[in-house]
Amino acid sequence: MRTPLSSIILVLFGSFIGSFGAVFLKLGAEYMHGSLKRIFSNYWLATGIVLYLLSSVFYMMGVAQGQLTVLYPMVSIGYIWAILWARLFFKEPFTRAKIGGLAAIVVGVALINLGNA
Amino acid sequence: MTSSTVSEVAVDSQTAARRSFFLVFSCTFIGALAQILIKQGTAQLGEHHLHLTLGQVAHRPELFVQFSLSVISNAKLFLGYCLYGVMTFLMAAALKGRELSRLYPIIALTYVWVTILSLFLLPDEHLNFFRSMGIAFIVGGVSVLGLKK
Repeated sequence: MRTPLSSIILVLFGSFIGSFGAVFLKLGAEYMHGSLKRIFSNYWLATGIVLYLLSSVFYMMGVAQGQLTVLYPMVSIGYIWAILWARLFFKEPFTRAKIGGLAAIVVGVALINLGNA
Repeated sequence: MTSSTVSEVAVDSQTAARRSFFLVFSCTFIGALAQILIKQGTAQLGEHHLHLTLGQVAHRPELFVQFSLSVISNAKLFLGYCLYGVMTFLMAAALKGRELSRLYPIIALTYVWVTILSLFLLPDEHLNFFRSMGIAFIVGGVSVLGLKK
């Protein structure tokens, strides 16, 4: 049984949304030193959690069909977005390790799709 | 006196490092188990929830709401996300005041555990040469992300 492309797209879309969740959690964490009340009124954190919930619904729609041995590795593409947003929003530099790691992840994901054909 | 204090601090931080290493290692197992439960749970959701595509959901947002509602009442999905919550909490505890970058190689193991557990616990899963190589590349890639250079 082949894992349908529609499932792969849903999982990739989920990890794309989730990468924005990480950005908002990071923004929220920077303000998280106060009391419990202040944590709950922390809109960055709330937005991050909502984005994570949204992304997990898309993820579930994706894995409902097809093989987890194909679909779970697709989540690793999320590192690409995470590192891109970290650079854009938090000025975290690209390093040689990050570029090499991302290249290996892209090759890995491509191989998995090849193994699905 | 001063030197013994310094060495005690060194031993303490070594123990703490080992503790967080072990915690994160356990987290990768828990996370992988959660993934299996989530996959098993979604497979139980009923035929009309199994064949959704991104295009359908974009045109008919009510499908998204219906899917989300059916998720809430599924025991395996509930358990899967509980495990996920526990894992996130443990991970946060392990990483507090510690550098995430050195732990990437352990976190990357999740891809290995999910693959192995899938083969044993899920129907219709199989591995081939390309898939195994793909996992190896992903694990290698994630492992080096945190290196300083």
